[in-house]
Amino acid sequence: MKVSYYPGCSLSGTAREYGESVEAVCRRLEVELHELTNWSCCGSSSAHVTNDMLAVALAARNLEIADRVGMDLVVPCAACYHRLKVAEKELLAGKQIEGISDIYKGDFRIKHIVDFLWEDVGEGALKEKVKKQLGGLNLVCYYGCLTARPPKVTDAKRPEDPQAMDYLMKSLGANVKSWSYKTACCGGNLILTRPDIAIRLIQKILDMALEAGADCVVTGCPMCYSNLDRMQKQISKETGEKYNIPIFYLTELLGVSLGEPSAKRWLRRHFTDATLLLRRVGLT
Amino acid sequence: MMVAELSRVIVPNSGFCRKVEEMSGEKVSACFQCTKCTNGCPVTFAMDIAPHRLMHSIQLGLKGEVLHSDTIWVCASCETCNTRCPNGIDVAHIMDTLRQISQGEGIRASQSNVPIFHSVFLSSVRKHGRVSEMEMALIYYLKSQGLTGLLKQAGMGFGMLIRGKIKLIPTPIRAISQVRAIFRKAEERG
Ligand code: SF4
Ligand code: SF4
Repeated sequence: MKVSYYPGCSLSGTAREYGESVEAVCRRLEVELHELTNWSCCGSSSAHVTNDMLAVALAARNLEIADRVGMDLVVPCAACYHRLKVAEKELLAGKQIEGISDIYKGDFRIKHIVDFLWEDVGEGALKEKVKKQLGGLNLVCYYGCLTARPPKVTDAKRPEDPQAMDYLMKSLGANVKSWSYKTACCGGNLILTRPDIAIRLIQKILDMALEAGADCVVTGCPMCYSNLDRMQKQISKETGEKYNIPIFYLTELLGVSLGEPSAKRWLRRHFTDATLLLRRVGLT
Repeated sequence: MMVAELSRVIVPNSGFCRKVEEMSGEKVSACFQCTKCTNGCPVTFAMDIAPHRLMHSIQLGLKGEVLHSDTIWVCASCETCNTRCPNGIDVAHIMDTLRQISQGEGIRASQSNVPIFHSVFLSSVRKHGRVSEMEMALIYYLKSQGLTGLLKQAGMGFGMLIRGKIKLIPTPIRAISQVRAIFRKAEERG
């Protein structure tokens, strides 16, 4: 299978283990990722706050590149996915963007990696390649805001209770716990501007994951991952409660399950140790 | 006095509401104060005007209160309000519009870190075509919290570095002129 690929800025930086694991699992699943030539930033959360036209045009520039290639566009970052979908809807609704709207056909789908793996690669192909079952892992799937909401943008079928990551993890044998914080907000970039607010939201998510009986949290959003993984030490210090709950990108656990040897390298990039848990359940 | 009671003592001024509706394309006047937006909002504890009250304030034309509020800057853009509003009002988008009006009028943001963050982020994108996370974080902390604020982040920065999460030298993409042209045109159109 061949698809276009939009990695987004964070996958070569703060979310490097996401980028590495996405590429590794796609190779194993015989999915060819064709990175968009000269892709640029989608505008992220800063463009829409500042200027509506800027937000749509920055994202649309990348859609125009994908449009010329014509293959479906796979996006691992939840925020990029959201901004690209906003631009797609605007273009399809007839918004005029110089140099783009006149030639745009829009004959391809934009898919977040979770939905792509579950719906397009599919359970059959996954199961065929799986080497290790994730049986010993109790986990919760954390989707965050931007692949879910609002459905008029994301096309999510169940924005309040998404399922694809749950199904995917179950198909790998993991013990997926149900919880009500799947699409709760982690505070996003408030971690830089008002860390007090973000930390309160992060702590609540970690508490709810623990209450659900999870040993770890799985996500497909670099911002969520970074907030949950990076802040646990500080939250422990500030609250006196000890937080030590590993956070994984879904592609990292999929990679472990597929027997990908480079998984060791991804796990070393975590702030909250993840190898101990995997060793305990016999997965490394 | 609560914002909801203001309509008894002030004469509503529809000019501001019309401006917000025009700029955002959202029907603020359709809000009937059901409070669904507020009930689902994760950051009301840090807001001075709850989302549904903000909507009412716009309807009443309380421009100053709205544009000086903390609310428009602490909103996390989590998109819960617009998912749930029974009248299809995109409250999150209206937050963006209010931020833009407030910045356009040169109002000092109650949460000054927020517009600094966004402008530093966008400068990096304009320069390289992609955001350089390290450059962005460095300049942001320096601008918003000074040298001491930046130094407080040194430990985290080091942690990122040894985990291979920092790209030291950002190189601009080859089509950078296209990205810069997008910025130029968007600014011309306001
Ligand atoms: S988008 Fe903003 S106002 Fe709406 S629910 Fe989220 S934080 Fe609250
Ligand atoms: S959910 Fe919609 S109608 Fe209800 S108070 Fe909020 S904006 Fe108004």
